[in-house]
Amino acid sequence: MKLLKLVPDNTNIDFMKWRKPAVGLSVLLMILSIVLVATRGLNFGVDFVGGQMIRVTFVDSQEAPVSELRDSVGALGYGSPTIQRFGQPNEVSIRMRLPKEAEGETGAAAAMTKSIVSSIQAEYPKARVDGVDSVSGKVSDELFQKGTIALLAAMVAIAIYIWVRFEWQFGVGALAALFHDVTLTFGFFALTQLEFDLNIIAALLTIIGYSLNDTIVVYDRIRENLKKYRKMEIGQLLNLSVNETLSRTVMTSLTMVIVLVAMLLLGPDTIFGFTAAMTLGIVVGTYSSIYWGAPILVWLKVGPDSFVPLDAKPGAPGKDREGYTS
Amino acid sequence: MLDFTQPRRIFLTLLLIVGVVLALPSLLPSKFVASLPDFVPKQTINLGLDLAGGSHILLEADPVQVREQQLEKMEENVRASLRDADGVDYGEISRTGGRLSFTVADQSQVDAAREAVQGLTTGAGLTGQRDWTIRVVDGTRFQMTPSEAGIARNLDDAMATATDVIRRRIDELGTREPTIIRQGEDRIVVQVPGLDNPQALKELLGQTAKLDFKMVDYENPPEDTQAGRARIGSQVFPMDDGTGNIAVRRLGGISGDSLTGAQQSYDQDNRPVVTIQFDTPGGKRFAKLTQDNVQKQFAIILDDKVLSAPVIQEPILGGSSQISGNFTVDTANNLAIALRSGALPIDLKIVEERTVGPDLGADSIRSGGIAAAVATFAVLAFMALTYGRFGLYANAALIINLLLILGIMSLFGATLTLPGIAGFVLTVGSAVDANVLINERIREEQRRGRRVIQSIEVGYKEASRAIFDANLTNVIAAVLLFLFGSGPIRGFAVVLVIGIITSVFTAVTITRMWVAGWVRRNRPTELHI
Repeated sequence: MKLLKLVPDNTNIDFMKWRKPAVGLSVLLMILSIVLVATRGLNFGVDFVGGQMIRVTFVDSQEAPVSELRDSVGALGYGSPTIQRFGQPNEVSIRMRLPKEAEGETGAAAAMTKSIVSSIQAEYPKARVDGVDSVSGKVSDELFQKGTIALLAAMVAIAIYIWVRFEWQFGVGALAALFHDVTLTFGFFALTQLEFDLNIIAALLTIIGYSLNDTIVVYDRIRENLKKYRKMEIGQLLNLSVNETLSRTVMTSLTMVIVLVAMLLLGPDTIFGFTAAMTLGIVVGTYSSIYWGAPILVWLKVGPDSFVPLDAKPGAPGKDREGYTS
Repeated sequence: MLDFTQPRRIFLTLLLIVGVVLALPSLLPSKFVASLPDFVPKQTINLGLDLAGGSHILLEADPVQVREQQLEKMEENVRASLRDADGVDYGEISRTGGRLSFTVADQSQVDAAREAVQGLTTGAGLTGQRDWTIRVVDGTRFQMTPSEAGIARNLDDAMATATDVIRRRIDELGTREPTIIRQGEDRIVVQVPGLDNPQALKELLGQTAKLDFKMVDYENPPEDTQAGRARIGSQVFPMDDGTGNIAVRRLGGISGDSLTGAQQSYDQDNRPVVTIQFDTPGGKRFAKLTQDNVQKQFAIILDDKVLSAPVIQEPILGGSSQISGNFTVDTANNLAIALRSGALPIDLKIVEERTVGPDLGADSIRSGGIAAAVATFAVLAFMALTYGRFGLYANAALIINLLLILGIMSLFGATLTLPGIAGFVLTVGSAVDANVLINERIREEQRRGRRVIQSIEVGYKEASRAIFDANLTNVIAAVLLFLFGSGPIRGFAVVLVIGIITSVFTAVTITRMWVAGWVRRNRPTELHI
């Protein structure tokens, strides 16, 4: 049986030819993302701003009475709710932030949930409440804090690990790649206004992990080739390394995309945002390991010397900096 | 690299079999599992509340209120203790600035007073500190301040009692397998799976259920009562239905501590009420109270609100009484449960709630399962088409890997959440990646003209390095996710960590063992990969 080969043998695409426009594009997209986050902001879920979200199924009707709900829940005096269809046409999620003045109050979110749920149940006795998320201001602050710490700590810990295992240039490159991917994902959420909740933090950390996986595979090959071809010009060497790992990159990214598209189309609606973020992250992560992580090594002047025991070089710290033994 | 000794092969194979056996109870129908003999492991994986349906509720106490209560209680004790002490005249006890202070008449009484109050303090903490510090200033003025260790222990005691009370209340609801855990200093997490009426649970948890019977004070000027002012020795409480205030006498009442039972029942007009029974001393005091105050009103006060203030028509001697108020059957029932299980020593407020209805949970399991199955199948087909025999090895390793994760999670009683299913899916991705790396490297080495065995050896060796680095960084991310994540997110991190470890094991070690076996048996001269 003939086996499938997505990338023909001895593929030699001159990736680095497009290095400058690609980096330019990345920078542009990153700036755009930051501007979007600054101007439009993220659509934070109740996890991070406090408030409540309930999911209601109107069992006896074909379609949820969205505009009536907006009026009746809006009349409760907490502000205007965000009502979204969710799965079937008769299922909606009703989201309401805590009013500013109630953010510090301990029981405010619980009281708001109670009043909204009982008002809906009084008006629509056949409505079934399928889910409640109610988070007070204090808890949402904690969740936000913890989420931010988790993201930053993961990025720093990973950069340190790469620095120890490889060379400092690689650590910087990996960190830059992560920053790139995370920024673009934030931009995506600012653009689409998809709800940004705790699940998205999990998605971001997974994207970080995946993007890094990709970057490490390419870096590992660059390191290997730097030792093997000591005379090769760096641009050419990066091209070679990217091309050699290309079939793996394509295979892995494709399997991930298959998996995620299956989750996106067939999986539960509650994790739609999560899988959407992941899918974007896989694409961006693959791109960044080729066009963002690798070119940075050129500017940081990675060369064959980076892996020579440095006591050969005068004035350098006398330590074997090969980084690993195999 | 391709040498696997016989014992090592047997050991690895046994490990796989144990893992798979552990996973089976979670996959087989529960009836079938229950019919198996006892030596078969039966732990199944726990489903998180987002899949099984249920409520997660985080309760928080107010430390300021706890401290206030500590002062109040000490004030009573000090008063009683000084009253009993010989020859001590003391003035008004004040409770301002977070401490108690009082003055004794002259310096000769200081020692006796000190001795009296010293006995009220106890050791707290590990350093031998007392729970209260006593200072005498200006010769005759006592100041009693709770020490930090004392405050901490007091809060700790209150939270421990509160946790017990919450547990009793939830047990009364008759739900299965509730989880009630203290979290941090001032929080309690309550998790109750599969609940029909989460609203009732919340109301039950939010109710302090501090019950008091106090005589109505007719001498407080009515306009003061309505303005919330009470004369010395009295207190003013609002009516529960919002119809103004009532003044009651501070002392001489009976508290709900002396109850032995409470049930929902009906009064003569068929309205829902709660019937309570006092213990023997409580019953005697209640009899005396009602005997002494016939034709007067007493107020039934629940959580600082007056439920009702009936007139005592005749002495109540039987040790039981009815509490009437604006009850429905449900609220009366809830109050009865709350009274039976005792009052909470402190008010608890709900600061976080996550409830998932059983339908939504079942939906998530179904669509999550379908998505995971389709994704896995697509990946298996893709791998087999691309790498042939080596793809099949990778596929077998992948399936075993999924079973291993399930088995390990069942063994440790870990919880599978909805993000956890996503974690499974991602593990499929990273496990496949390891085999892709290996197989691509073998292809590459072959292209470079290496012979079969050498290509395989170099392929595994060179690929392992990147696999190791990549997976270790992922473990770093997953561990941080576990440390800083909460609830379902932690479920995701757990699957990820277990999955990374097992996937390196199956995708690298186990496939290598199989490939080595194949090479040994067939001595291939040509590699179709």
